[in-house]
Amino acid sequence: MLRSQFWKNFLQETGEIARFTGRLFSQWFKPRYEIREFLRQCYIIGYKSLPLIALTTFIMGLVLTMQIRPFLVDYGVESQLPAMVGIAIIREIGPVITALIFAGKIGSSIGAELGSMKVTEQIDAMEVSGTNPFKYLVVTRVMAATFMLPLLVVLGDAVALYGTYLGVNMTGVTNFGFFWTKVFRNLSFGDVLPAFVKSFFFGFAVGIVGCYKGYYSKKGTEGVGQSANSAVVLSSVLIFIIDLIAVQVTDVLGLN
Amino acid sequence: MHIAGNIKKIPQTSGQGEAVMTVRNLYKSFGAHRVLIDFSLAINSGENVVVLGKSGSGKSVLIKCIIGLLKPDSGTIEVLGESIPELSDEALDEIRMKIGFLFQSNALYDSMTVRGNLEFPLRRHSITATQEEVDELVKSALEDVKLEHTIDMMPAELSGGMRKRIALARTLILKPAIILYDEPTTGLDPITSREIIELIKEVQQKYHSASLIISHDMNCVRMVADRVVMLIDGKNYKEGTYDELIQSSDPVIKAFFE
Repeated sequence: MLRSQFWKNFLQETGEIARFTGRLFSQWFKPRYEIREFLRQCYIIGYKSLPLIALTTFIMGLVLTMQIRPFLVDYGVESQLPAMVGIAIIREIGPVITALIFAGKIGSSIGAELGSMKVTEQIDAMEVSGTNPFKYLVVTRVMAATFMLPLLVVLGDAVALYGTYLGVNMTGVTNFGFFWTKVFRNLSFGDVLPAFVKSFFFGFAVGIVGCYKGYYSKKGTEGVGQSANSAVVLSSVLIFIIDLIAVQVTDVLGLN
Repeated sequence: MHIAGNIKKIPQTSGQGEAVMTVRNLYKSFGAHRVLIDFSLAINSGENVVVLGKSGSGKSVLIKCIIGLLKPDSGTIEVLGESIPELSDEALDEIRMKIGFLFQSNALYDSMTVRGNLEFPLRRHSITATQEEVDELVKSALEDVKLEHTIDMMPAELSGGMRKRIALARTLILKPAIILYDEPTTGLDPITSREIIELIKEVQQKYHSASLIISHDMNCVRMVADRVVMLIDGKNYKEGTYDELIQSSDPVIKAFFE
């Protein structure tokens, strides 16, 4: 009984998100274009996330290097440290960790903002003021999240690799140029492109889930909190699912 | 469907001018819950009509059907000669320029200053005006509600009464022919409520707009209403002036006035 209810709710929500996504695509290219709001969202979603992404990815690169070093020393391949950590960051850890941090910051913020606007009738007020609230609020935010996350991933990867460089230098001395040569010599097109492409999907997932949860927030402040919370949980799960699919697709395309 | 061929007699108006809004045989349900049942109403230009009813009686649903935020199951809603449920999105935006809506929760945009809130409807309705003209309209709307000094403040910095006044200023900025008020005094202290009521009267006198006021605040009803419509169990139960209704011997009506 309980299990059937779970599946019913799961399928219902999946259907609603699919319909919401369909509505998004039907409005994406239709005028009127909310360019000003899109740019404002790019600033909020992209630029204002920079410090957090930079800090977390820097620590990630540093810690990863410190954790892996003893293992490589045991096998006498310490010189491969920049290459190994570099590949791990570029291919997998950088995009996924950045996307998860992004989901925590942006997914919750979009969910709470739209949820609060919903329960305080601001979305209705927008419609009365001659604005298509779906276009103004949802399309702009999903677009901004989709296009900003890949840029944040590139930046996050760069900062994480700088953290790696410092980590490598904690117990030895490595020339800055030599370090980067080591990293890039071992990287191929097949490492960089799939990671970059999948980050667009991560950004889209965070944007669409945050907007969906907020836009259909239940009445009351409790509903706003739930929207923010479930936006983070669902978008984080989706990030892993997309990552899993991306690995399979990359494999099929022979890019692994 | 209860549209054509089943049109009942439209309730009387106070005869102040021509009808600017007519609601006929309106039905609206949410699932099995029937909210509006064969509701009819007419408002003339320059008239203040109060719809009085208990909480949950469908007053807000009525007003949202009128502004086109909700689609009625059946019935007609004509505003300034246009049939609201049949309008395209573009035509609905056009007619909404002539209808002001004061939300119960004020619905001020939290992320914008007072200036941003007031400029929003001007910009969204593509009103062609220079920045000087926009500034002038904003200033004039704020003067109407006596809150010129709040222009650069955020909504979170304002008191409940001030938020209501700013929301009213935003409603007035397009100089609407009809203003819909959803519970304008709910959640306000008696003094602020009185100020808002006075403001509604001043606005009506200055702009000669027709007003539909949803309320269960008897002070508001007494001070503002040219005519009162009793919305009970989704129906237009009774209508008349405040003085006529207060003298009614019907226990259902008396319960509101006692």
